[in-house]
Amino acid sequence: MNAHPRPAPPLALMAELTHRCPLQCPYCSNPLELLKVAQERDTQFWLDLIAEAANLGVLQIHFSGGEPTLRPDLAALIAHATARGMYANLITSAVLLNEDKLQALADAGLGHVQISIQGADPATADRIGNYKNGHAKKLEIARLVPKLGMSLTINAVVHRQNLDQLPAMIDLAESLNADRLEVAHVQYHGWALRNRAALIPTREAFEAADAIVAERRAALRGKMVIDYVVPDYYAAKPKTCMGGWGQKLLNVTPDGRVLPCHAADSIPGLEFERAGVLPLQEIWEQGSAFEKFRGTGWMQEPCASCALKEADWGGCRCQALSLAGNAAATDPVCHLSPLHGEIQRLAESESRADHREFIYRRL
Amino acid sequence: MAAAITRDSVPVLRRGVRRQFDRTRNCAILMAPERVIVLDEIADAIIESFKPAATVGDIAAGLAMRFQAPAQEIEEDVIAFIRELNDKGLIVL
Repeated sequence: MNAHPRPAPPLALMAELTHRCPLQCPYCSNPLELLKVAQERDTQFWLDLIAEAANLGVLQIHFSGGEPTLRPDLAALIAHATARGMYANLITSAVLLNEDKLQALADAGLGHVQISIQGADPATADRIGNYKNGHAKKLEIARLVPKLGMSLTINAVVHRQNLDQLPAMIDLAESLNADRLEVAHVQYHGWALRNRAALIPTREAFEAADAIVAERRAALRGKMVIDYVVPDYYAAKPKTCMGGWGQKLLNVTPDGRVLPCHAADSIPGLEFERAGVLPLQEIWEQGSAFEKFRGTGWMQEPCASCALKEADWGGCRCQALSLAGNAAATDPVCHLSPLHGEIQRLAESESRADHREFIYRRL
Repeated sequence: MAAAITRDSVPVLRRGVRRQFDRTRNCAILMAPERVIVLDEIADAIIESFKPAATVGDIAAGLAMRFQAPAQEIEEDVIAFIRELNDKGLIVL
């Protein structure tokens, strides 16, 4: 029997419309095995899913991928979600958009556009994304977002090979009239793990970045919010991953499987239900993958007796698997994990490696 | 630095932010990029009072009448609330 009460309705749905993407970022967080276009679900599938999610109480929908603007039905899906009272967010590289397409998304009710940048200047950014003229295109689209009445977030993914550009990236976001800047250190899941030795910053560089963010955040108070995702490996406490497994968010993959988080696929032995086959409410409340790590009943020591177990929910299950070899272990990022010291030594040693080449993500 | 908020400030919801009612959870909410803020009765009434050219002073006076509370107290509450949501990037002045 379940050791926890019936879960509250989910707040958010991450709709991964496609795994296809024109960029080849070495820190791609998508699974190692990408789904092909033939495995993608059709428009009707997503329309039905959106209606079902709205009835279940989902308030926020995140159109993501891959690159969601590759889908010709994106505007129709946004309109459908908005008509059902959901708030539509778009997570995009922006390189395939133009003013007409963006206007159509705004007209459909899109509230928020999050555009990733790979650096502060074209040479750095285009090398990291391995996409020619990508940076210039991103800036062109970013400038249009506030003009069309939508909220703009710039997502600056930072790592050893661009962290020196952090002040310039903050200036850039400000000059683009962004409402919010998310400075996100690379999380080493999926493809990113393969490039860890080329990406992980030194502890000194991380601490310097921390100080820059704190200073600029204070100076920009009331103008532009800066959210900061710290690099896990240098943290002492784990992230509250997904706001708790199976507590806030549903993730639907391009082939229609419902996951508790977008990387849950990496955990062997989990079985994922398909939307459209079972009711979404049943998957959310009773699906075996959602139940597996929901609440605290699954925890081992030191999590099981930890005072913070309902604050961080034991951290990230996918990271526990990839670093400790066991998805039910304490996230090794936590200072209470027996592996914590080893992970920090690994990070520090890799961060000093003379390793600059990327293994690009190609379809 | 953040702008000072006075009784003459005119607050508006920032682009991409909207107020609505959540039927599932039976409460007023603010919908914003990647976040949902639950509004209590007073917070909802403050945001409902936002109108073109309505100052903090106008809003507080209206709420003081509606809730039959001291105007000075209400004005302080309104300013504190607007300060908090301005910091979160949800209200502009």
